[in-house]
Amino acid sequence: MPVVEHPRTMAGYAEIPPMFGSLFISSVLVKGIIMNRIENAFKNKPIFMPYFPLGYPDLETSIDIIEALAKNGADLIEAGLSFSDPLADGPVIQQATQIALEKGISVRKSLAAVAELRRRGVTIPLILMGYFNPMLAYGLEKFICDARQAGADGFIIPDLPLEEAGEFQSINGDMPLIQMLAPTSPNERMESIARNAKGFIYLVSVTGVTGARTAISDGLGDLITRVRQHTPAPVCVGFGIGTPEQARQVGALADGVIVGSACVKTIGSSDKPVEAAKQFAMEYRDALNKIQR
Amino acid sequence: MSTLLPHKFGPYGGQFVPETLMPALIELEREFVSARSDPAFNKEFDGLMASFVGRPTPLTHAKRLSEKLGGAQIYLKREDLAHTGAHKINNALGQALLVKRMGKKRVVAETGAGQHGVASATVAALLGLECVVYMGVVDIARQEPNVFRMKLLGAEVRPVTSGTQTLKDAINEAIRDWVTNVRDTHYLLGSALGPHPYPTIVREFQSVIGREAREQMMMDAGRLPDTVIACVGGGSNAIGIFSGFVKDSGVELIGVEAGGSGIASGKHAARFGDAARARVGVIHGTRTYVLQDEDGQIAETHSVSAGLDYAAVGPEHAMMRDNERAFYTSATDEEALNAFQTLCHTEGIIPALESSHAVAEVIKRAPTMRKDQMILVNLSGRGDKDLNTVIKELGTL
Repeated sequence: MPVVEHPRTMAGYAEIPPMFGSLFISSVLVKGIIMNRIENAFKNKPIFMPYFPLGYPDLETSIDIIEALAKNGADLIEAGLSFSDPLADGPVIQQATQIALEKGISVRKSLAAVAELRRRGVTIPLILMGYFNPMLAYGLEKFICDARQAGADGFIIPDLPLEEAGEFQSINGDMPLIQMLAPTSPNERMESIARNAKGFIYLVSVTGVTGARTAISDGLGDLITRVRQHTPAPVCVGFGIGTPEQARQVGALADGVIVGSACVKTIGSSDKPVEAAKQFAMEYRDALNKIQR
Repeated sequence: MSTLLPHKFGPYGGQFVPETLMPALIELEREFVSARSDPAFNKEFDGLMASFVGRPTPLTHAKRLSEKLGGAQIYLKREDLAHTGAHKINNALGQALLVKRMGKKRVVAETGAGQHGVASATVAALLGLECVVYMGVVDIARQEPNVFRMKLLGAEVRPVTSGTQTLKDAINEAIRDWVTNVRDTHYLLGSALGPHPYPTIVREFQSVIGREAREQMMMDAGRLPDTVIACVGGGSNAIGIFSGFVKDSGVELIGVEAGGSGIASGKHAARFGDAARARVGVIHGTRTYVLQDEDGQIAETHSVSAGLDYAAVGPEHAMMRDNERAFYTSATDEEALNAFQTLCHTEGIIPALESSHAVAEVIKRAPTMRKDQMILVNLSGRGDKDLNTVIKELGTL
């Protein structure tokens, strides 16, 4: 178990004495660790949650980039698993994940990258975001087990709505499968989805695919209010946030701000991507720190 | 949450889509269920199927082909004679009437061979809907006449340059458009695939093929066929004709996939034929057999016919294959091109390259059958659209 091999500096991990057997740790304590890690991340709201695909522009650089994001202001990172047919993604993430695939990224290598990030002392929650088919091909049980061992904290699977989540959840047990809500979700549906939400709610701010928009939608405040009626879980907003100023606007309303395409584009187009990642994280962190709550 | 209609076919099917689209699928299912029990809807649909589409399409006894092959009697269900030249219009019309009912004003569609795009553009013009068709640039090149037809009919054809630039990527783009404009846009999906309720809706609107063909066989031949053969891309024409015979346990159902350059070459779209690369997976909202690599990335496919060039098969076919109600085989590009020419010469019918795959299976199978046995083939479309491809493949005749 990596828990034993690589003691964490973070509170939840440091408390585990190495003499506990791995079985005990995996069955009882990991649940607490993962949930604590996500809960801890939400201590200072709103949180900054960038998305970056593992393997882009190449595996080694993506690990450096995510490490830089994590150590310069990100509170939680969505580490992207690449898929040939990412139907919920806009052009920026399509291109980045396509390049990652051309460079040979795979589920196995992605999980190894997560383990490497843990070895490097990245202690914030790492949520794996990817489409369902590569997970099925890897073997669901093995995927969930290996993700846990690598040090991942949960999953976001955009093509696994409530109706289809049962199989994954029955194997998954305690790792949160982050539920997504959309502006089109009626109240009744929101209630069913939010009722059992673990970790946080991923609120899709606009109808559409991932990608920066010119403005934050007018109805966002009302939408967040509507979601909060159904769940005490933190509400994080993603899709369409592309500048620190927009992050500040959304952060004033939500518990967390998810930035994907803008993060991938800014860092991916830089000659010094790791430096750009550092800058990117600091700028968004600063913008969110300015919010008076 | 539960669905009004069964949302799975055994372990296949389902609704693997982003949350943003779930309410639209729920609305579509509700609308479909209410429409099918509404006499006014059925009257309008049946009326247009007769007066606009030209149904019933004929059943042709292919006497010279039967004689040439020297075995079973061959009957052709002539979907090539439906308006716009293929079976696709049946489903496009049905869905477009649902769109009107839902009060939406815009449809998006994907197309491979262009037949579904043309059908969508046609019904959009008929009912006054805005229509955008996504088509891979590879397919645009090989089905150029259909691109021109869609534009003439007032549709906007958006070239798709992502991924493999064929049907799979056109579906991705159509779904991306739909998820963005879902409040006023309907995704007019053209095959028996995608998330529930699409496979069921498409089958129901295509089931007219099977109903008519069964009746016509009884009238013309005096009995049911021994074998029914259809090509299978997503599988809408096949499920349409199979549905008329699925309860007749004595009728053998055969689906023909695109064998491309041969299974061993890896360049094909035979989802059931390539045990090494086709596994159960999830693509475009449905769980079914999918050609993919070890890492779950969707494989590139190849077929001379754009309409069969797709990595997944409709979920109901996956179930019918598992429970052995239907059997699936494949025909190579070469076999399909030979069948194309044979039908032209013997019957005076230019079939679509897709349908030529079904004819190729007839050519293999009929000689092994007795003269009093009968094969019914779904001639799902006409081949005018394929002339460029055929000229390129065959050179000068």
